[in-house]
Amino acid sequence: MAEKTYLQAISDGLRQEMRRDQRVFVLGEDVGVYGGAFKVTLGFQEEFGSWRVIDAPLSETAIVAGATGAAIMGLRPVAEMQFADFVSCAWDHLVTVAAKQRWRAGTPVPIVLRLPSGGGFSGGPFHSQNPESSFAHIPGLKCVCPATPEDAKGLMISAIEDPNPVLFFEHKHLYRRIKGEVPDERYTTPIGKARLHQEGDDVSVITWGAMVYTAEEAAKMVDASVEIIDLRTVLPWDKQAVLDSVRKTSKVLVLHEDTRTGGFGGEIAATIAEEAFEDLDAPVRRVTAPDTPVPFSPTLEKAFIPQADGVANALKELISY
Amino acid sequence: MAIARVAEPSGSLQEVKEWGLDREDLLQMYRNMLITRGVEERGHILYRQGKIPGSFYTGRGNEASSVGVATAMGSDDVGTPLHRDMGVHITRGVEPWRIFAQYMGRADGPTHGRDGNVHMADARLGLLAMVSHLPAMLPVAVGCALAFRIREEQRVAVAWYGEGASARGDTHEGMNFAGVRRLPVVFICDNNQWAYSTPAHLEYAVEHLADRATAYGFDGVVVDGTDVLAVYREAKRAIDKARAGDGPTLIECQTLRMEGHAVHDDAFYVPKELFERWAERDPIERFRTWLRSNADMTDDEEGQIGASVKKLLNDALQKAEESPQPDPSTLLEGVYATPEDLDTPHHK
Repeated sequence: MAEKTYLQAISDGLRQEMRRDQRVFVLGEDVGVYGGAFKVTLGFQEEFGSWRVIDAPLSETAIVAGATGAAIMGLRPVAEMQFADFVSCAWDHLVTVAAKQRWRAGTPVPIVLRLPSGGGFSGGPFHSQNPESSFAHIPGLKCVCPATPEDAKGLMISAIEDPNPVLFFEHKHLYRRIKGEVPDERYTTPIGKARLHQEGDDVSVITWGAMVYTAEEAAKMVDASVEIIDLRTVLPWDKQAVLDSVRKTSKVLVLHEDTRTGGFGGEIAATIAEEAFEDLDAPVRRVTAPDTPVPFSPTLEKAFIPQADGVANALKELISY
Repeated sequence: MAIARVAEPSGSLQEVKEWGLDREDLLQMYRNMLITRGVEERGHILYRQGKIPGSFYTGRGNEASSVGVATAMGSDDVGTPLHRDMGVHITRGVEPWRIFAQYMGRADGPTHGRDGNVHMADARLGLLAMVSHLPAMLPVAVGCALAFRIREEQRVAVAWYGEGASARGDTHEGMNFAGVRRLPVVFICDNNQWAYSTPAHLEYAVEHLADRATAYGFDGVVVDGTDVLAVYREAKRAIDKARAGDGPTLIECQTLRMEGHAVHDDAFYVPKELFERWAERDPIERFRTWLRSNADMTDDEEGQIGASVKKLLNDALQKAEESPQPDPSTLLEGVYATPEDLDTPHHK
């Protein structure tokens, strides 16, 4: 066990699987010689060679479609979009081909697509998005959004092992800011199982990704016992863990960095309303980014991404309801 | 002036033998072309009988191209045929009764009623099912070729697309990647001159689509898509070349789509004279004539092949009609693969 950054944990998980399983290979823009835009695959090409760490042309479609074809032929591609935002260019191959292939044609597509996502560093409208909700709507895909280094490694290994297309949303703002103990040995973190980040009795916060830490900070600002559920994965999502927490605290805040309308928080809120209405002591509250593109200027971006004080205010309102 | 090589027409029986086809192979190809057309003609009947839900698509006029290419493929090669390429499914061994079941959305179709018309494939026969977004499967075939290259296997992927889909970005990205990495893939362009109602001159501005191959760093060939032996020869050359590690080839097969885009479309926008001119080059009649004059196909042989195809298709229709409707209680099954699903020849 050693303390590692979130980024190092992703890198370690991937490297471990490549050493263990010859079928695993990496494909993406600048992943080889350069080691990836964020250096997740730094040193991989030296170790595994240029046919297992493949520098692709600037072609998101060919990367995702290529990974799909290679996966159907029995390999285990881990493809990288340089930024999650660029996955829009490969939407067709994820949604039209990979997601539906098992159901309609019986052919599994075991690919992992790494998606550096999230804002907080003035990346602007095209380098900061959290597009997980768009894909959580697509039957056949899986969407994982780790918040801790331990989960980042365990979910990476689970994603590679999974026989389905898995979108691995890795939050850029956590890459080097978040450190934690990460086991050296190989382990998996189950897809679809939430993690209790902080136990509490008065109010539940349901969140994932970087917002786990925003929730933690906000919890310190209120005079109440706040439970924080880190969903870890949004497709599938751990409905039971959420409902259990709601039944315990009777008040719930759903928090995400993505925009509000059609965001995954709406699905969670609707499920709570359908299945735990009688257990609620207050209406379900959502805190999300507003319905705008992600702004560039630090002042504007701070107004866009949910901040701890805003979350704390929402918690206070819920507590006093 | 074309940049791509323009392939010569098919030659004598002796020449054909040099390309690897014996007389039995030739008769089998003829039979496969007849089955291909027969399946689609019977599909029309099923449609008129109201037994095919949705629409119905055929590849009439493309039988030589699809059978010619598929005959040149090796058993371990893979392909992504489209809705004009029924001959590929037939040549690879998909049983016609399962195709009829697919048309009718029955439980025994390759997709068990989950997808329609020619959106089907038998992965065990090295085929991947198409999607409607053309040419989405082209870069997927490139990915198959990438897997062969990574594992250093002597296998080839064949990617079909049409002249309509040549305008899409997938085509460019797939071909560029394949060219850069010299992957073992052969691109077959079914140029049937019409993308739904849009004529070729509104789809691309080069003389031949195969001319574009040069821009991707590999060879382009234009071939008469109604000449099954010429198509076979060019596909064989390209597949052998890819297998030897010498990279992709783009083969443009020139045909005319002899029916509408789908059964609901009477193709009023295609000049009548064009249909008449291309009807004279009907690929099946052309090959039949060639077999009669070059390979001494006898009346008996011809009659026997025709009768056996008729029986095959009649039996197939009956068997398909006996296939049950899919069970609605299975709708939710298989959205996600299980580890056991990976227990396929590909994934081992």
